[in-house]
Amino acid sequence: MPDVAIQTRDLTKKFGDFTAVNHISFDVKRGEIFGFLGANGAGKTTAIKMLTGLLSPTSGEGSVAGHDIHSESEAIKKKIGYMSQRFSLYDDLTVKENIRFYGGVYGLSRVSLRDKYDEVLEKVDLIGALDSRVGSLPLGWKQKLAFSISLLHEPKIVFLDEPTGGVDPITRRQFWEMIYKASEDGVTVFVTTHYMDEAEYCDRVSIMVDGNIEALDSPAELKKSFSADTIEEVFIELARGAENGD
Amino acid sequence: MNNIIEISGIGKSYEDVRALQEISFDVEKGELFGLIGPDGAGKTTLFRILTTLLVPDTGEARVLGMDVVDDYRDIRPILGYMPGRFSLYQDLSVEENVRFFASVFGTTLEQNYDLVKPIYRQLEPFKNRLAGALSGGMKQKLALSCALIHKPELLILDEPTTGVDAVSRKEFWEMLHLLKHQGITIIASTPYMDEANQCDRVALMQNGKILKISTPDEVAKSFSSILYGIKSKHRFRLIQVLREYEYLKSVHPFGESVHYADKRENPDTNQILSYLKSRGIEDAKIQKIESNIEDTFMELMEREENHA
Repeated sequence: MPDVAIQTRDLTKKFGDFTAVNHISFDVKRGEIFGFLGANGAGKTTAIKMLTGLLSPTSGEGSVAGHDIHSESEAIKKKIGYMSQRFSLYDDLTVKENIRFYGGVYGLSRVSLRDKYDEVLEKVDLIGALDSRVGSLPLGWKQKLAFSISLLHEPKIVFLDEPTGGVDPITRRQFWEMIYKASEDGVTVFVTTHYMDEAEYCDRVSIMVDGNIEALDSPAELKKSFSADTIEEVFIELARGAENGD
Repeated sequence: MNNIIEISGIGKSYEDVRALQEISFDVEKGELFGLIGPDGAGKTTLFRILTTLLVPDTGEARVLGMDVVDDYRDIRPILGYMPGRFSLYQDLSVEENVRFFASVFGTTLEQNYDLVKPIYRQLEPFKNRLAGALSGGMKQKLALSCALIHKPELLILDEPTTGVDAVSRKEFWEMLHLLKHQGITIIASTPYMDEANQCDRVALMQNGKILKISTPDEVAKSFSSILYGIKSKHRFRLIQVLREYEYLKSVHPFGESVHYADKRENPDTNQILSYLKSRGIEDAKIQKIESNIEDTFMELMEREENHA
């Protein structure tokens, strides 16, 4: 695995005459926590779909975990983990059934899965909850569990789409500590959030406006170059003039 | 009538889950009141009781002087309610939705145009677009227009800014301030702690209980000890090392720095720094900082958990 986990060059997606993502170019280093910010409608979801092999680009180049996004999207899917606030686990299945289901999807054998149950539960402090229905767990636990399950097949890169929405402030921080831990283990973390204070937990953040990446740097450098006290100020400064936003 | 909402001892359970545990508070006329708390705190249950959609197990609540159980028919026409889930007709256009809600309440768009104008004007360029095709922030503006169209005295907004980006959230609160200046009382819920500062008073909620009610400023200041911001390049390790410190009271990551509170009344910061150095963190910088609402919220949460 090279030192660059994600690379894009002039990556573009058009829907008819609407340009959702407009020639974006950036690199994400291996083990980096990369914050992908943008207003609603700025093109984040479209960009993530291209990077996760769910949507093919109109033009431009990109590679994820060393695989080309045009021709090797199936190989990419095996090497990445994904979780979002909207779609993560099956509420009607138990914790164990969810782990078994996702393990099965990613081709883990029954034997190797058996060792995983305890490992996953230990990570999220859910020992003893293996047979609980996921729907009965508090949201914060659910999100931590979903993150842990997204790492089940030991992906090189994990995409987290608004993973902490609505979660209480303490659990939100526990979630970020899990992100730090994953990053220390060499996993690259690509994360979106509407909580601007969370952007400051990232190694670097990019801010998308109208399909373009308008800024990309470490939180400290961004604040310095915009003479701002917080990333929220930087974000509002950049996104205020958006045309495709709300 | 000075109190628009009076809640006393309201409790509600769903099977064995206690969604609301005997809560009590008032909202004054003309206030912009915030209910701050994560998912599962009980915010929506409380709003459903106040809007007469759910009957409480215990206690009483009065809205605009009327009882939410006995007088529900009189309350409904004079309330404006924006539920958490987008509840407009997705296959009607923007204009059709507004006109439909106006007709349900026996009024017209023209009659109350001045009230909704600042919000509806932003939607007018898209008035023929189907509501289902709007972006997140625009849906929110349309839902607010529909909740306002009958000129209610009280607006109840359930998480109007959830999932909306920082710019749209800021604009939405600016609109609420405009409405407040026109004399409308507003109670709004949010999981975003920073939005508390937009309110006159806030109630912090968690697990069906009210942790605190006060002005945002008072809530922020009520943190019980001196708070320090500590910065280091090794953030993850910094937190772990502080957790093992014998004088630790609390430590939480906060953006670029970590917020640290000490058990001692007046700790020597050099001592903290030399402890960190002894554990291999050489680049730490420490300074006293003001606590914010999130610091207080977490402290109250931890106190609750220790009692439970």
